[in-house]
Amino acid sequence: MLSVREICKNLTPFAIKNVSFEVSGSQYFVLLGRTGVGKSVLLETIAGLIRPDAGRIFLDGKDITNEKMQKRKIALVFQNSTLFPHMTVYDNIAYPLRCRSPKFQIRQRVAELAEDFAVRHLLAAKPQTLSGGESQRVSLARAVASEPRCLLLDEPLSSLDTKSRSQMRALLRKINTRNRMQIVHVTHDYTEAVSLATHVAVMEGGTIAQAGTVEQIFQRPKSEFIARFVGIRNFFKGRLQEPQGQGTDTRWFTSGSPSKEGRIFDLSLSVLTDSSGGPGFVCVRSEDVTIGDTASRTSARNNFEGTIVDIIPAGVGVEVIVDIGVEIAALVTAESVKALGLGCGKKVWVSFKASAVKYVEE
Amino acid sequence: MRDTKYEKRDTRYEPLSLAFAALGGLVLLFIVAPLASMFVSCSVPELAETAKDAEVRSSIWLTLWTSMAATMLFAIAAVPFSYLLARKDFPLKGLVTAIIDLPIVIPHSAAGIALFGIVSKNGVLGKAAARMGFSFIGTPAGIMAAMAFVSIPYLLNSARDGFLAVPVRLEKAALSLGASPLRVFLTVSVPLAWRSILSGSILMWARGMSEFGAVLIIAYHPMTTPVLIYERFGAFGLKYARPAAVLFITVCLVFLVVLRLLAGGKNNAQR
Repeated sequence: MLSVREICKNLTPFAIKNVSFEVSGSQYFVLLGRTGVGKSVLLETIAGLIRPDAGRIFLDGKDITNEKMQKRKIALVFQNSTLFPHMTVYDNIAYPLRCRSPKFQIRQRVAELAEDFAVRHLLAAKPQTLSGGESQRVSLARAVASEPRCLLLDEPLSSLDTKSRSQMRALLRKINTRNRMQIVHVTHDYTEAVSLATHVAVMEGGTIAQAGTVEQIFQRPKSEFIARFVGIRNFFKGRLQEPQGQGTDTRWFTSGSPSKEGRIFDLSLSVLTDSSGGPGFVCVRSEDVTIGDTASRTSARNNFEGTIVDIIPAGVGVEVIVDIGVEIAALVTAESVKALGLGCGKKVWVSFKASAVKYVEE
Repeated sequence: MRDTKYEKRDTRYEPLSLAFAALGGLVLLFIVAPLASMFVSCSVPELAETAKDAEVRSSIWLTLWTSMAATMLFAIAAVPFSYLLARKDFPLKGLVTAIIDLPIVIPHSAAGIALFGIVSKNGVLGKAAARMGFSFIGTPAGIMAAMAFVSIPYLLNSARDGFLAVPVRLEKAALSLGASPLRVFLTVSVPLAWRSILSGSILMWARGMSEFGAVLIIAYHPMTTPVLIYERFGAFGLKYARPAAVLFITVCLVFLVVLRLLAGGKNNAQR
């Protein structure tokens, strides 16, 4: 278990204040925050590259605040490649093994890792010749080779193209679940949090504004900042169905989402996407959800009847929460609320276009 | 290095460029003319005869090996020291950096006198050496000390610049992978700064080989080639000194070119 307690570090212009969080078991912990909020400083402090001004860090109950970084059993993967340019991919992956294992074991372990991370064909190559995705996979393989107790990732997907990104996501999930490796992943992109995290912490102004499970953060953001930052209030885990027949580019996304009362509610949404079917997430921004008092024929493919359960004034506009079995948030203007006479308990229709539903594959 | 890929080189000849080129030509001529005249004024039989001269041959051999040994010996201490200079801040670092450059500034005869003070039989180093059964005065050890004293700044400065160019985050990544600081130094820092270390060593070696003033004071005998050339010039005149000089310069050039090629041809560990 990694436990970070009241860490402070002032490193102008980045400052972190009283940051505390815990990552236990094989959690996948995503630190979400804008660029420059101090996420990387926090990671480097945990890794031991930076000494904190105050606070303590524990790993498996042991205080490692002043432990030398090579003894911490924490590996850090940077956003940009830190592969050693004078070594081949093989030697890079073997680097952490060299001082611990006999030669034949190294060969065997590198072969296993190369297989796992799909870099076997690259073992003889020099890092300069690799693509962004390839070099990130090698970096990850090298980090895993050092057998850390905890893996820290600093924006690992941000410099990759879409295809390498989904490949990397799958790899990260595999490391997390199969190797039972605790992962702390820093990013500014909420889709990474949605698709990978078991737990999320949102950083704002050098502190943690909210921490919790993905559902807690995205569906019940504590502050307006978080709600704005995470950008989505409506998101559902489920499965994208295979396309049904030719000539259609909308798919069904089915979700068994837990409703407020805890029972599973079956939700089916139309999604406009060219992704192939499979498990994943869909997100609908509350700005894209329309509220009407009758079902009307529009181009919106998703229409649900429900009851208004809450009306919350947001900084700009008003957020209306409608219970359609699960809660859907819609951001509307104060004028609309007045014109439609919206109020708690009122039956309304919510609708949104299939193109407003964003699918993130798992 | 000139970047010709993005910026087309100016091929027009303006009056100002022509004037600069003329000035450059003068400087080049100043370097090349004396050397060329010395080379052409030596006949081939003269050179052949000098090459057979045992005294000349042994002096060239002595100069080569002492300068190389001095470079290698001192590199063992100088390379880690230059890493420290590149990576750490410490009190009086500016002073330390200035001290390193001192041997370049002071006259080499003065450097020889200063060194003589500590390597002579009454000096600190001299006494220690006597206890271990050797002496600096008039021995290859003294020649090496004199050569190293005047040439070590070249290696230190070049290696430091090389280490400065190694990205710190590569070293930090290596540390976070569990490698000890010594292992990081040997397997990441040194290989990546290798080119600068090598070219600094070549510079140190070349500078040590050509040293005259300091060597003359500490070890007139056994004679290194620069001392031999000076002695022949004083005793027999220009005609006898010249072939030895030409021979020595030729040998030095061959070594320098070969080493440079080796250093350049070696796959540079680029970042």
